Amino acid sequence: MRTPFIRGRRPAAEHLPGDLGDPGQPVGGSPRRFAGPGRARRQRGGALLLGVAMVATVGLTACGSDDDGGDTATPNAAASFAPGTTMAKLHDAGKITVGTKFDQNLFGLKNLSGKPEGFDVEIAEIVTDALGIPRDKVNFVETVSANREPFIQQGRVNMVVATYTINDKRKKVVDFAGPYYVAGQSIMVAKDNTDITGKDSLAGKKVCSVSGSTPAENIRKVAPAAQLVLFDVYSKCADALKNKQVDAVTTDNVILLGLIDKDPDAFKIVGGTFTKEPYGIGIKKGDTAFRTFINDTLEAAYSDGRWAKAFSSTVGKVEPNTPTPPPVDRYTS
Amino acid sequence: MPPHRIGRSTARGSIAIDAVFDNLDIFAEGFRRTVGLSLFAAIAALILGTALAAMRVSPVPPLRWFGTAYVETVRNTPLTVVFFFVVFVLPQVDIRFSYFTFAVVALSIYHAALVCEAVRSGINGVDLGQAEAARAIGLTFTQTLRMIVLPQAFRNVLQPLGSVISALIRNTSIAAAFGVQELTGVVQRLTTANPDSVIAVLLGGVVAYLILTLALAGALALTERRVASAR
Repeated sequence: MRTPFIRGRRPAAEHLPGDLGDPGQPVGGSPRRFAGPGRARRQRGGALLLGVAMVATVGLTACGSDDDGGDTATPNAAASFAPGTTMAKLHDAGKITVGTKFDQNLFGLKNLSGKPEGFDVEIAEIVTDALGIPRDKVNFVETVSANREPFIQQGRVNMVVATYTINDKRKKVVDFAGPYYVAGQSIMVAKDNTDITGKDSLAGKKVCSVSGSTPAENIRKVAPAAQLVLFDVYSKCADALKNKQVDAVTTDNVILLGLIDKDPDAFKIVGGTFTKEPYGIGIKKGDTAFRTFINDTLEAAYSDGRWAKAFSSTVGKVEPNTPTPPPVDRYTS
Repeated sequence: MPPHRIGRSTARGSIAIDAVFDNLDIFAEGFRRTVGLSLFAAIAALILGTALAAMRVSPVPPLRWFGTAYVETVRNTPLTVVFFFVVFVLPQVDIRFSYFTFAVVALSIYHAALVCEAVRSGINGVDLGQAEAARAIGLTFTQTLRMIVLPQAFRNVLQPLGSVISALIRNTSIAAAFGVQELTGVVQRLTTANPDSVIAVLLGGVVAYLILTLALAGALALTERRVASAR
């Protein structure tokens, strides 16, 4: 019978045992002097892809405007504004740049067509219509939570509609029209769950949220007897809820609605909202005329049903009850 | 549970380090979890890793194949993926534990592969004559391994094993993204609650990890002095 330890040959004198060395790493690799043909080919491929994507985008955008054309009156082309106002400038330029989220399902989610879709986008278009700017001249750029104020201050966007909570700290650097929607923290459970009816029935239950987030701190105060499980992203919470490893997920209803939209048969929201996050339209600080104009436009959209239609065609897919629009806040600083 | 002073008012006179000292109990709780994760996972990884190393040098081919396959699969998979597999795939086949246990399992699975390779290199470093002599006096494979080869092997690879365990301690931070509110999770929570003292909180976390890894290095140095082979 073979002695097991003979399998590995006796280490050669000048070498450490084979396992310690790493044969995968040559000591002196040949330096790469040239980009070589490989890189050029990749770049060409990239350009080709880009071209295809652009054609696709143009095609799809065209389709999109056909759909919209039926019910929205031609943008307010005849509108006239007092010279010197932001409205007049934007109307005369015939184009506008709007910041929105690109990753917030149901509110602002950029899909394969290249155009973001959602409630925020619809609200933005209600405003740009009133400015008399054609839909295809509305340039949506991505704003994430951290860069909304700088983008407004630097004039990189004319307005921001991006699940943007109005608060006093932000009011110091930008102004808000609206609110056009009031979001709030809520509880999501599995569809077949009956024992959790809201924030007050969470004692002893495993509740999932994101580590270090405001909703996580809120739920510690609101339901101190709940057992908090923290992940780094909400999609993991949704997976854990589906696996029945946790009993509930809590964060802003907007995010929960987005999760439900992706998995409508698995989850439901219970107990309404227990915080208030009024979403406003962020504009440059001190542009009162523009703010008043947006507020007027929102109120008009409230009363003629365009706001309700914007809601039901986006968030309404998941939340069948269209809420009453919140009164706009014409605050004076 | 007493209310914690998580977020502080930015009143004048308070210094940034208060964010750490005001929340020492929260820090301690996270620290305890990190110590627990490290301890359980290190013990499990050492046992499992040694068993794997024994398989890889065993005379039974299927055991060798299994050992090699395990090591090459696990060692070449990112730890986050191992975590994801354990935390989200196991419940689907109805294997359910607390998230703490899941984290210990994931850490053990991953680091067992690294322990295995360290131990195996130690085994290969033991002079062949030792095993041959053991066989010659009639010891079985298991006896040879347990009484003759492994003690010498461990002595030779104390430092590499220490590196693996030290990496394990730092890798426990991945559990923060998988439902265990350990040290890194606590640091995340406190930095969000104290945006004006981010550096202080981060430094608090660094010090806590250093306490652990330096303690390990100290224990290692002591052990090494005690068992150093006279050559």
